[in-house]
Amino acid sequence: MRGLIRRRDGKLTLAPAFLWWGVFLAAPLVLILVNSFFRRGPFGGVVYEATLSNYARALDPLFLGVLGYSVQMALLTTVICFLVGYPAAWFIATRPSARMRNALLLLVILPFWTNFLIRTYAWIVLLNREGVVNQTLQAVGLTDAPLSLLYNDFAVVMGLVYGYLPLMILPLYASLERLNPEIREAAEDLGARPLRILRTVTLPLILPGIVAGCVFVFVPTLGNFPVPQLLGGGRRIMIGNLINQQFLEARDWPFGATLALGLMVVLMALLVVQSRVLRRSREFALDG
Amino acid sequence: MTVATPARTVELWVRNAPKEEATLFRFERMSIRSLALTASMIVIAACGAGGGAVPQQTGPVTLQVMNYANYMPEDIAERFKAATGHSMEVTLLSSNEDALAKLDASPAGTYDIVFLTSPFAEGMNKAGKLEALDHAKISNLSNLYPEATQAGHDPGNKFSVPYAWGTTGICYRADLVKETEIDSWNDLLQPSAELSGKITMMDEDRWLMIPALKVLGFSANSTDAAELSQAADLLIAAKKSLLGYDAETFYTKLDSGEAVAVHGWDGWCNYAADPNVKWVLPSEGSDLWLDTMTIAKGSPRLEAAHAFIDFILLPENGRWVAENILYKVPNKAAMEALDPALLEAYPNMAITPAQLLTQEALRDLGDGQTRFSDAATKVKAAP
Repeated sequence: MRGLIRRRDGKLTLAPAFLWWGVFLAAPLVLILVNSFFRRGPFGGVVYEATLSNYARALDPLFLGVLGYSVQMALLTTVICFLVGYPAAWFIATRPSARMRNALLLLVILPFWTNFLIRTYAWIVLLNREGVVNQTLQAVGLTDAPLSLLYNDFAVVMGLVYGYLPLMILPLYASLERLNPEIREAAEDLGARPLRILRTVTLPLILPGIVAGCVFVFVPTLGNFPVPQLLGGGRRIMIGNLINQQFLEARDWPFGATLALGLMVVLMALLVVQSRVLRRSREFALDG
Repeated sequence: MTVATPARTVELWVRNAPKEEATLFRFERMSIRSLALTASMIVIAACGAGGGAVPQQTGPVTLQVMNYANYMPEDIAERFKAATGHSMEVTLLSSNEDALAKLDASPAGTYDIVFLTSPFAEGMNKAGKLEALDHAKISNLSNLYPEATQAGHDPGNKFSVPYAWGTTGICYRADLVKETEIDSWNDLLQPSAELSGKITMMDEDRWLMIPALKVLGFSANSTDAAELSQAADLLIAAKKSLLGYDAETFYTKLDSGEAVAVHGWDGWCNYAADPNVKWVLPSEGSDLWLDTMTIAKGSPRLEAAHAFIDFILLPENGRWVAENILYKVPNKAAMEALDPALLEAYPNMAITPAQLLTQEALRDLGDGQTRFSDAATKVKAAP
C-alpha cells in the first residue's frame, strides 16, 4: 500500500514539468505548425483557409539565401568561439587551485549579469567612427582616418562571438576538468608526441564537451536577430530578423510560422547529429 | 555539502543541462506569440457571441492609454485628473504594428485610447475595431486646422483625431556633403560618391517603399504588383550604397558622421545635436502622415476616453508636443502660440497645413496590404 502511494507521488511530482512542457513547448509548436498552413488576413491575423503557399514561398531562393547566410555566419561564429574558447577552457581547467578556477569561471559568466542588448549597444560605442577604438588607433598613430568597423559582417561576427563565447567555454571546461591527467601521462610515457596525444587521446575524450559547446553557440547564433540589426545595420538580415519582421512588421503570422518551423527543422537535425556523436563517443570511451 | 558558488552552479548547470536547453529558449519566444494568437481567437469568438452595447463604468475611472514613450507631457496624468477626475495608465508602444498586436492579443475593454498613424487607424476602423467618436463630447475639435479635419483617411474625424502630423524627407550633414545638392530621393537611391556608404533608410514597411515609389512616379499607396516590383528592384539596387536601415536612431548616426544623409520623418532631424544637420523635402514629393487618437472598440470607459481627447486638444498640450517633440501639430491654437524663433530654428516646423496637404496622404491598403508587405520583405531579405 505504501509503495503504491509512493509510486503515485513520484508521478505527481512530474506533473509541473509535463505541464510546462505541454503549455510552453508542445502547444505552441502545434500552433505554429497549424498556422503555417493558413494565410494572413488583410489586417494581419490568420485566415483559416488551408494553403501550401507559405511553403512554396519559403523555398524562394531569396529566403533560402537568407538561411544560407545565417548558417554561414553561425558556423563562422562557432568556429571562432571554439578556437578562442578551447585555450581559455584549457587554461582554466589546468589551474591547480580550485579557488583560482572558480574565480576564472566567474569572470567567464560575469557578462551574463548584464542584459545582452545593453552589451550589444556597448559595441556600438566602442566601434563607431568616433568610438573608443577608432580614437585610440588614431591617437597612437596607427591610422589616419577612422576605420569603418561597424555595420558590416565583421561587426556582426564580432558581436555574436562576444555574446556566445561563454557558452563554448563552459562545456569545454567541464569536460577538460574531468579529464584524468594520468591518461595523458600514460600516452606520453608510451612515446606519443603532444600533437598525437591531443588528436588520439584528449580530443576524443572531450568530444561531448566540444559538441555541446558548438551546439550551445550555433543554435542561439542562428536565430539571433538583435546583433545583425544593431551591429550589422540591418542591411543583410539573418533568418531570425526575417521571422521577427514577419510577425511584428509584415503581420504575416502564417509565413512567419513557416519560416520558424524551417529554422526548427534545421536545429532538430543538428540535435540528432549531436546525440549520435555523443552515443558514439560513449561507445568509444567504453571500448577504449 | 558543496558550497554553491556562482561558478559551481554554472558548472553543475553545464554538466547536467539537457541538450535541449538552447532550443527551449527559442520555443519560449514563439510561444508568446502563439499564446497571443490563442487569446485573440478567444476574443474574436467572445465578440461574435456577445454584441450589443458594452456596459460602461461610472464615476472616476482609470483610462487605459496606448502611446509611445515620451510622446505626451510628463505631468499629463496629474493634469488630466485635476481637469476631469479620471486617472490614466499608459501602455508603451514601439510601433503601429505593435499597437495592432497588443489590441489583437487583449480582450475588448482592456484599452481605451490608442495612438495610431493615419493608415493604421483607417485599417483598424475598416476591421471594426474602433469606436465612432461623439463630437458633442469633444468641443475642442474646433481648435484643429480645418485641413486637419478633412484628411483622406478619415474626413470629418469619424473615428480618429489628429495629434501630430508631418511628412518624410532627407536629413543631411551640410558640413560633410559638399558637392551634392540634396533635393531628390535619387540622392539616397543612386548616391554620388561622397554620399555612397553613408546613407541610412527607414525600414518600416510603409516608409521603406516611399522613396522608390515616388522616384518612379507611383503612388505611396500603390498596391499594383508591377509597380511594387519595380520599386522593390530599385530599393534592392540601392542597398549596396547603404550604411544600413534605421528608423529609430538615424539622427545619432548623423551626429557621429557615420551617416551623412538619412531618410527620416521631418521632426526627427531636429533631434540631432549637430547644428549642421538640415532637412529637405525631396522634389518628387513625399507622404503626409497623421498620428491620431482613436478609441478601441468595446471600451467600457467611453465618457473618460472622449474627455481625454478633448483634454489633449487644449492648446497648451499641442504646444508641448510642438516644442518638445518638434513635430507640427494640427492644433491651430497651439501652433499660433509658438515662439517664431522655433519655426526659424527648425524649418520643418514652418511648413503650413496647406503645403503639408500637397503631399500624398498615406492610406490603408486593404487587400493590397499583403502585396505591399511582400514587396517590402523582398527588399529586406535581398543580399
